[in-house]
Amino acid sequence: MDAPVDKGMVGSGAETAEMNLLRTANAPSIVSAVSRLKKSYRQIRTESIFKRALVIMGLAMVVLVLGILFTLVVESIPSIKALGFKFLWGKTWDPVQDIYGAYPFLLGTLLTSFIALIISVPFSFAVAVFLGEYYPKGWFSDLLKNTVELIAAVPSVIYGFWGLAVLVPTVRSFESKVGIQPIGVGIFTSSLILAVMIIPYAASLGRSMIQMVPSHLKEGAYSLGATRWEVIRSVIFPYTKSGLFAGILLSLGRALGETMAVTMVIGNTSIIPKSIFAPGNTMASVIANEFTEADKPVYVSALIELGLVLFLVTVVINVIGKKIISRFTNE
Amino acid sequence: MNANIRYRIGKSTMFKGLTILLAFACVVPLIAILFYIIRAGVTRISWHFIINTPKPVGESGGGIANALLGSIIIILVAAIIAIPIGIMSGIYLNEYKKAKLAYWSRLCVDILQGVPSIVIGIVAYFWLVKPLGGFSAISGSVALAIMMLPIVVRSTEETLKLLPDSLKEAAFALGMPFHRVILKVLVPCGISGILSGVILSVARIAGETAPLLFTAFGNPYITADIRKPMQSLPLLIFNYATSPYVDWLNLAWGASLILLVWVLFLNITTKIITRRWKVQL
Repeated sequence: MDAPVDKGMVGSGAETAEMNLLRTANAPSIVSAVSRLKKSYRQIRTESIFKRALVIMGLAMVVLVLGILFTLVVESIPSIKALGFKFLWGKTWDPVQDIYGAYPFLLGTLLTSFIALIISVPFSFAVAVFLGEYYPKGWFSDLLKNTVELIAAVPSVIYGFWGLAVLVPTVRSFESKVGIQPIGVGIFTSSLILAVMIIPYAASLGRSMIQMVPSHLKEGAYSLGATRWEVIRSVIFPYTKSGLFAGILLSLGRALGETMAVTMVIGNTSIIPKSIFAPGNTMASVIANEFTEADKPVYVSALIELGLVLFLVTVVINVIGKKIISRFTNE
Repeated sequence: MNANIRYRIGKSTMFKGLTILLAFACVVPLIAILFYIIRAGVTRISWHFIINTPKPVGESGGGIANALLGSIIIILVAAIIAIPIGIMSGIYLNEYKKAKLAYWSRLCVDILQGVPSIVIGIVAYFWLVKPLGGFSAISGSVALAIMMLPIVVRSTEETLKLLPDSLKEAAFALGMPFHRVILKVLVPCGISGILSGVILSVARIAGETAPLLFTAFGNPYITADIRKPMQSLPLLIFNYATSPYVDWLNLAWGASLILLVWVLFLNITTKIITRRWKVQL
């Protein structure tokens, strides 16, 4: 007969109860009872250690984000002290002369991101409507859905390389046809690359939002004689507008912080871009280019302040976006 | 049928056509990139390419062994750092759903997910490169680990959330202590979801360049010492793609193809896992 592994558990039936009584009556079982107690003490201790470890790990996330913020703030103090708030509106960036103005990069970042957004929104909404409304099921829509998600998987340095090899010459020949100085690299080229890169974010969020539209609303509209497009325009879009907006916000957050692809095709000049075809720089690309070369404390600090601005802006955008999404999905 | 209705139906059909057209236009750049990189890269790849280090300017040939090894080491170390922390935080978020700390923790995970990679590079520079006195692979790994964390945490939390409460209750009813319930019952049950989150996070960092610019920095020689600067595939691509030398550009094309295949392979693996086990991320 096998001895029960955990004696405390086998307590049912008169026979076992009797056996337990017998066991407690003699010495070896007292030893085993003590060892059992020890074991459960140990388990209780492990349990509390484990729980504490969990809480610490939960805390670690908060500490990490606060640590990032703290490091950025501390390291950009020299620049904040030396340059003040006019740093953000200063129009020249000339580290050799010790003049630091971030306006060209702010403008570059905003221009590239918003042009990219304008180009990509129709496409990502089309994907969202196609997958959410026209063909929500089937291998065909699965294929499109997975392919669009793969767009987000391609590393940004590969987008940059491809842009440099394919897009830049194309834009250059376009520019020479239109009669602008043919440079190829610049704000517009970066926007094109960015537009491709951010399509999946708004598209996948939009798709899940559109699929959540209650079917009785759509059926009601159909029964009143609305066409497919009228249902999409006057039922689906109004119902999902906050979710679609959140998708755009998250795409914008991506576009603002995107570094490598933009660095490779934007041309990297620190003068204010005169047109959208002119070369420029974004906040992220100027950090990527100049951080390891920066030799003066204020120079380094000014670059970090750019990083701080970038961090704060993306935090605000992401938090607002996520708040909208969670409110939408809870309704 | 009167003209008005015909007009409305026509408009509806037109918008459907437009939607389909735009939706499929999205796929075009991806296919163009894949096609171009395969065409430019496939002739470069050979055994020689994989086991050799890059030659100096002017000499043709050479390979990317240093970058391949470097990428693998940096990613492995990053995964070793991020996976335990990420899974534990995910468990925390699932077990203490209502706690005030969990709210802030979740918010921070969301924030972390949106932080631009270049900012994480700066922070890793001040946390590790400066105190250690030089660029090192380990600082790059830490930067990448920070980028992995949100995905691992989120996928762990989402997977555990989907497990039925009865599973946990049954384990508790058998007298199992809390940590054993979590580690021996819940985590094994949700392992497919957690695993696909981990693979997805590796796929995301495998192509990251920006956090490595100021941390791992790059190295033309083979090294396995994580305290030294180390080359990685994306860094090599960035450095050589922006160089004017044809040989280096060719190296970069070959490296791009390898990186692309690797990243897409990881992504497709995740998709297959999530489909096979019906987990949601």
